Amino acid sequence: MEPGIATSIGPIQIDKPVMLASGILGISLDVFNRLYRSGAGAVVTKSLSIAPWEGYPNPTIFSVKGGGWINAVGLSNPGAANFAKMIQPNQDVPIVVSLVGSVPDDFKTMLKEFENCKVKAYELNLSCPHVAQVGLEVGDDHGLVREIVSAVKKSTSVPVIAKVGLGTSNYLNTVGAAIDSGIDAITAINTVRSMAIDVETQRPILSNKFGGLSGTPIKPIAQRCVYEISSRYDIPIIGCGGISSWEDAVEFFLAGASAVQLGSAIGDNWVGVFEDINNGIIQYMKRKNYSSIKEMVGVAKKS
Amino acid sequence: MQRNPNHPTIVTVEKVIDETPTVRTLVFSDDVMPNVLPGQFAMVWIPGVNELPMSVMIALESGKAAFTVRKHGPSSTGLFNVKVGGQIGVRGPYGNAFDVKQGKLLLVGGGTGLVPMMRLLSFVKPTDDVTVLIGAKSKDEVFFEDLANKLLENNPHKVIVSTDDGSYGEKGFVTDLVEKLVSETKFDGVYVCGPEKMMYKTVQSAHSRGIFVQASLERVMKCGVGICGSCCVGEDLVCRDGTVFDGEHLSNNKEFGHFHRNKAGILENY
Repeated sequence: MEPGIATSIGPIQIDKPVMLASGILGISLDVFNRLYRSGAGAVVTKSLSIAPWEGYPNPTIFSVKGGGWINAVGLSNPGAANFAKMIQPNQDVPIVVSLVGSVPDDFKTMLKEFENCKVKAYELNLSCPHVAQVGLEVGDDHGLVREIVSAVKKSTSVPVIAKVGLGTSNYLNTVGAAIDSGIDAITAINTVRSMAIDVETQRPILSNKFGGLSGTPIKPIAQRCVYEISSRYDIPIIGCGGISSWEDAVEFFLAGASAVQLGSAIGDNWVGVFEDINNGIIQYMKRKNYSSIKEMVGVAKKS
Repeated sequence: MQRNPNHPTIVTVEKVIDETPTVRTLVFSDDVMPNVLPGQFAMVWIPGVNELPMSVMIALESGKAAFTVRKHGPSSTGLFNVKVGGQIGVRGPYGNAFDVKQGKLLLVGGGTGLVPMMRLLSFVKPTDDVTVLIGAKSKDEVFFEDLANKLLENNPHKVIVSTDDGSYGEKGFVTDLVEKLVSETKFDGVYVCGPEKMMYKTVQSAHSRGIFVQASLERVMKCGVGICGSCCVGEDLVCRDGTVFDGEHLSNNKEFGHFHRNKAGILENY
């Protein structure tokens, strides 16, 4: 029998274990449909704010010389209300709506916009490394994390994920605060705060100077985080950071993730990357006699 | 270290050509950009200003390429103001290319949309019969007419200029000329780059008659590689699936000719 690659991230069930990460390609329903047809198990939207944001001027994204990508897009997005209108006709695509804000009321306001949309889950962005007063600045304030997660959980019956990253506090305590407040799952990790300087013009290349590093260089860091979280807490995890092949995805399952997200790999391998990874996972499962993703989750911790 | 095409490579502007009072061509030497295909673009970093998607212009010397820019907003004005000796960053090339047919070809360009058309001219065969239509608002905005004639000196060819106000060449919209030409001649390929409405009408005129037509689209761009999503048109990403799309594909796209997205990703009417 063909092994099944459907997976559950706590209450969130998806048919395929590779999701589109937030911030990538996420502004048109037509593109979401295309990615779903291309083998993505779910798509996470760009992080939405109450008002539309233009983001930073270019350069906002480029590749680092040694590999990987750096970005400071600045959370550009059309705003929650416009976005909700755009995805309103959606029936088929499992859409995870990413939200970014500074205080509980921001999130509560945005949840109302999506009341009439088919939303698979919400993902709270507690980890963007390059925009002030949101993202990591929220994630590093564990009291605020508790307030936001509690408020969101009280306001919706849809599952809620917290996306964490490496800020100035111990990220494990961010995870702990989210779990205490009733979070359903954790996505780990976001991009890692970083910069890139050009030697000819002798200046930072990003207009924002600082951005987030993604892609292959952060994979070992992300893997370590998934392993640490799953070792300390009993919480479903979505692994994210540098995943571009089936082997990368399986590594994250073995470290304790029930699903994975990717973004940078699309820049390198385009949208066929989802189907390639799905097929590779199936072959691996056949070879190792696994019948479900669940059987692989956290196996590396037993050794 | 080997060149990373997705990381800015710094080049120095060696020559600045004034095409019109508001349009300049900046020439530079590089290993990669002189050899790109017609329709391909680079992300051009103007340090301290911005980074812009720019179609790669030909230079009439080997080992050199150029960018032709019209000063419009702060970013394009920043590039327009780069002097000889100034440094800019280039990454790419990005995007696909025109499918260059043989036989009777019609090239239609408006403004800096003529840039990919000039590169396309450097790919035509000597046996091709080539018509170039240059559309402009008025006489002082016409450029590349002499260059087109020079590039086609060994071909049967016509270079026709039309101005909206009739101050030079034929009077009227270039799209009316396109309609006239495609109704008279069965072209083997029609290629267009310029304002979206101009491309939309050209595609309609040619595609409705079963003539092969391609357009090179322009949208807000950040990454150039299909990850930021800024340039989506329906389900297509202009930077990665395009910038060149054929008439059949475009006639099935609900957004082409009608909508574009602003920097926040909100759909706006043309």
